Amino acid sequence: MKPAKFDYHDPTSIDEALGLMSQFGDQARPLAGGQSLVPLMNFRLIRPAHLIDLNGVDELSYLSAEDAVLRIGATTRQRQLERSAEIARRWPLLRDAAAFIGHIQIRNRGTVGGSLAHAFPSAELPVAMVTLGASMLLRAKTTRRSVRAEDFFLSTMTTALQPEELLTEISVPELPANTGWSYQEVSRRYGDFALAGSASLLAIDGKGDIRYARLALTGVTPIRARKAEESLVGERPSEALFCDAAQRATENLEQDSDIHASAEYRRAACAALARRALTQAAQRASDSMKGTLR
Amino acid sequence: MSTRQVCLTINGREYTGAVEPRKLLTDFLRDDLGLTGTHVGCEQGVCGACTVLLNGEPVRSCLLFAVQANGAELKTVEGMAPNATELHPLQEKFWELHGLQCGFCTPGILLTAEALLKEIPHPSEEQIREWLSGNLCRCTGYQNIVTAIHEAAKTLSERRT
Amino acid sequence: MPYIGSSVKRKEDVRLLRGIGKYVGDIHRAGMVHAAILRSTHAHARLVKIDAAAALKLPGVLGVLTAADMPGLKTIPMRTGVIPGLERSQQTPIATTKVRYVGEPVAVVVAENRYLAEDALEWIDVEYAAQGAVIDASESMKPGAPRLHDATPNNVAANFQVDVGDVDEAFRDADLIIEEEFSTQRHSAVPLENRGLVAEWDEGRGLLTMWGPTKMTHTNWRILSELTGLPQSCIHFIEPEVGGGFGARGEFYPEDFLIPFAAMHFRKPICWIEDRSENLKAMNQSRQQEHRVKIGVKKDGTILAMDAEILFDMGSYTRTHGGVPAIAASAMLRGPFRVKNYRCNVFCVLTNKTPVGTYRSPGRYEANFVRERLLDMVAHRLKLDPADVRRRNLIRHEEMPCDLGKHPFHSMVYDTGDFPGQFERALERFGYEDLKATCAAAKLEGRAVGVGIGCFVETSGIGPWEYARVEVDNAGQVVLYSGCNSVGQGIATALSQIVADELQVAIENVRVVHGDTAKVPYGNGSNASRSTVMAGSAAVGASRKVKDKLLRLAAANLEIDTADLILRDGRVVARGAPERAVSFKDLARLALPGAALKNGMTPGISEEDFFATDKRPFPYGVHIAEVEVDKETGKIKILDYLVTEDIGRKINPMIIEGQMAGGLAQGIGGALLEEFVYDEDGQPLSTNFMDYLLPTAMEIPKAQLISTEDFPSPHNPLGVKGAGEGGITAAGAALANAVSNALGVEVKKLPLKPDYVLQLIKDCQAAG
Repeated sequence: MKPAKFDYHDPTSIDEALGLMSQFGDQARPLAGGQSLVPLMNFRLIRPAHLIDLNGVDELSYLSAEDAVLRIGATTRQRQLERSAEIARRWPLLRDAAAFIGHIQIRNRGTVGGSLAHAFPSAELPVAMVTLGASMLLRAKTTRRSVRAEDFFLSTMTTALQPEELLTEISVPELPANTGWSYQEVSRRYGDFALAGSASLLAIDGKGDIRYARLALTGVTPIRARKAEESLVGERPSEALFCDAAQRATENLEQDSDIHASAEYRRAACAALARRALTQAAQRASDSMKGTLR
Repeated sequence: MSTRQVCLTINGREYTGAVEPRKLLTDFLRDDLGLTGTHVGCEQGVCGACTVLLNGEPVRSCLLFAVQANGAELKTVEGMAPNATELHPLQEKFWELHGLQCGFCTPGILLTAEALLKEIPHPSEEQIREWLSGNLCRCTGYQNIVTAIHEAAKTLSERRT
Repeated sequence: MPYIGSSVKRKEDVRLLRGIGKYVGDIHRAGMVHAAILRSTHAHARLVKIDAAAALKLPGVLGVLTAADMPGLKTIPMRTGVIPGLERSQQTPIATTKVRYVGEPVAVVVAENRYLAEDALEWIDVEYAAQGAVIDASESMKPGAPRLHDATPNNVAANFQVDVGDVDEAFRDADLIIEEEFSTQRHSAVPLENRGLVAEWDEGRGLLTMWGPTKMTHTNWRILSELTGLPQSCIHFIEPEVGGGFGARGEFYPEDFLIPFAAMHFRKPICWIEDRSENLKAMNQSRQQEHRVKIGVKKDGTILAMDAEILFDMGSYTRTHGGVPAIAASAMLRGPFRVKNYRCNVFCVLTNKTPVGTYRSPGRYEANFVRERLLDMVAHRLKLDPADVRRRNLIRHEEMPCDLGKHPFHSMVYDTGDFPGQFERALERFGYEDLKATCAAAKLEGRAVGVGIGCFVETSGIGPWEYARVEVDNAGQVVLYSGCNSVGQGIATALSQIVADELQVAIENVRVVHGDTAKVPYGNGSNASRSTVMAGSAAVGASRKVKDKLLRLAAANLEIDTADLILRDGRVVARGAPERAVSFKDLARLALPGAALKNGMTPGISEEDFFATDKRPFPYGVHIAEVEVDKETGKIKILDYLVTEDIGRKINPMIIEGQMAGGLAQGIGGALLEEFVYDEDGQPLSTNFMDYLLPTAMEIPKAQLISTEDFPSPHNPLGVKGAGEGGITAAGAALANAVSNALGVEVKKLPLKPDYVLQLIKDCQAAG
């Protein structure tokens, strides 16, 4: 399966890249890690006339955690999320989510921005970013705007990005102290696309009640389970509470159906995973407060 | 569509070529440079038969265009053995412990294993299997591959001391 | 120390490890151009028009071939599994008036490189007149279903029956009768290397050379000759390194005609390497069968009778192996069990899907799943231990050889073996009794842990004959020319061990030549786990003749009686007087025509042998699986696994264990992951590696793989039975039984997808 012909551009600065995006509009595709785009090109399902290779734009690749916000340059490799000590300490959900992406060879090339912009259903980084309340910086030649993760994913492989725009940076806010986390996923094989996935963040106050709760599920786009979150705040963690929250989260949950699993299966699995995610996040929050978390 | 010059180092040696942008790195290595040890199994980034080390890290060469490798340092299976008469410890152990049958997945697996042992000199069986999960083998059922890597880790660590 | 029985390192490995082994895709010929196949996008349609004008204008395109360029096109014949009727649905190498599956070749493009060839494919305009497609075997047999071939009005390409004893009479005595329907899903070999061919036509001398053919080299050589009219002596097949076969690679496919045809047409060497998406549409698929089975037992579990109906979904055409999966399933459905009354009605049904061929343990993987599930159902209903039901019915050693009755296409006399002994050993080794308690305890804790057994008898070592020539060359090296093929299984090493022992040389001094029709004139290839048995036995025969000649030459040279000479370390040596010796190298010189003819001897040290037999050795054994099922996600974790197999005699234990391990991995893939799915219009949905799921290192557990040499086969001089398929054959059975046991459900189909498992749990809960 060989790709169709294209013109190749390798800018070395963001401005140059944005200039090319503006020039070629929807005739162009940015190339980051290529782990999602190139297979589609090899199958000739995508045939950009112009390929804008971002791998030479060094200023797009960075991880910085000053001023309480994690800023991730779009072409940062997924593997760097796994390796960063700072992320492991302060945003471990991101590390865990990244570790579920495909296999090591994929993560060596795949980028954070690329995965988010590709917006494949059930992908891990979109779910994690929604849970973390992240924001995306979208830039075009003369514009720049910030979009919340929750508003970024519109539909299957469709995001808020306009044809001339590039996702250049993702910023992730600081989490409350002692926030427990969990990323749960079920797939046919290790490293496969998730059939169902759930991410959770929980923080508990001094009395033992939940003071902060985030829960998201996989779907066509990541689904933030607001009703479930609301039902948790102020309550004491318990199996019954989490079962209930998982039920709320997956009631009438829209899911895809394909040769790997039916929508019904995905819904049932999401419920189980949501409950497990909440349970593990609560445990970690509690351990963190006790200072025993490693 | 014009061609581009590509200049890169493979197994310590410099290679150049003129390629059209859409030419995959796998085809450049195999057809233009005659380095046929890197195999093509899927062109989709799943099977790992095309694994090469790019700047020391295992990647799928079927998902890279040759033009992207300009200025890079690559290692392919042809660069593993120290010379024409000796083998790399990984190759030795695969041979000794029957870690291959048809050999088609083997180059990709050897390189992944080499990268693994650089990063984790004493991997557990679980870690070996996790690293191998991106390389499909249809013949061996993986057990002998895991054992071979485990044993090679010992040899390599003995060499270091 | 003898080589036979020793885990010698493989001779094939170093070049493969270095990455210098040449697979067909690595072969470059001067002036070589590249082919791509335009394949049907319809499952069932009339081919109205093909317009390649636009494609021909593209730079770098040499031409486009269709059926119109191939007058006198013949269908690809069957080489085995011939069931009367199947000849009516054979395939022409390219579509003529109709297409019958998505992926059927419609045109061949030849261009300077594969990129340009794929570009050209997009510019060929094909007009199809779509007809309804039928993708389900039961539906296909119904009146009114779309008809695939004019000559087979009801889409039943063939039908046959096996009838042993008196089934209806026996059912009358049964205490319990269970009737069930089972199905196994379409899946197949999917080797890591895609198929490919390089064909080169020497126009000046009228000689065609092909790299790539394997598995059935000589058979395919003959078939190509018949289809092209070119004599075999003008065709040269060369086998390169091969990236796995498993039954599917190396049969005569449409491309095996189209590519040499293109080479002769364009008078340029042509390279064709399929890509993965083609491979998943065009390489033989397998395993899809529906079984309706009725079993009658006494209340102690004794089986009285089995009555089965098998629908064998063969896809849209008869391929070279005819009805082998159906024949094998119907022959081996009873496995190692005593079933004196047995009836099996088999329908080979055409559907608008990729044609079907054999895949490792064809028909038996399916049959073992069905039968072993039935036995567990019997155990469940009678409240007996599944092991006890098996004990009651396993054929005993005293009953060997055991004639299972007449089968129209398959010899059914089990030669030797102790099925119960092997069974007990397997259970004990696995800790079956303790495990039952462990599973029960786990269930009380709410965990779904279960154990499942799958017994099997395999067939192997099929004849009818195999060829070998052994020669000693001018350097004193021993060369074996064998009619078998290598698909990566290590046969060259095993054969080297055999020859090295026969002629007492170091294994480094033995070379094996295979797959080259210019060097090996006859062969029956490598399929059905036959190579060690058949090629090995022929190698023994030829080696012994060579030994004879060496002794005679040495006797004349040393002036010592042959009775006082022995072979040792590449020399012929006088017994008790080792200084009186002559090397093989020197004997080869003595055998040159000048000297030999003067002495009234046939020149050279080269002897041929054919080993012929119509008897098959039957390896046998047991699979046992322990699993844990996540009741909320339906995911299955294999906690422990054991395979035992008696293979008579081990040539290379390491290679045998490797075969078992590899087979098991495929068996697990088939039980849990792999499936060719089609939509209702016959569009294949599993056409890439994210949809057709091969198991990774994370899905395959460490297993205990035990091969035994209890009962060497009496049918060949080595005593071996083929070890290629025991590892895969009962994996579906054991895993399905283990999951059924873990959840208290009755699995009736494969694969055990999480969705299906969750459904079984739900249905079980609903039923209370």
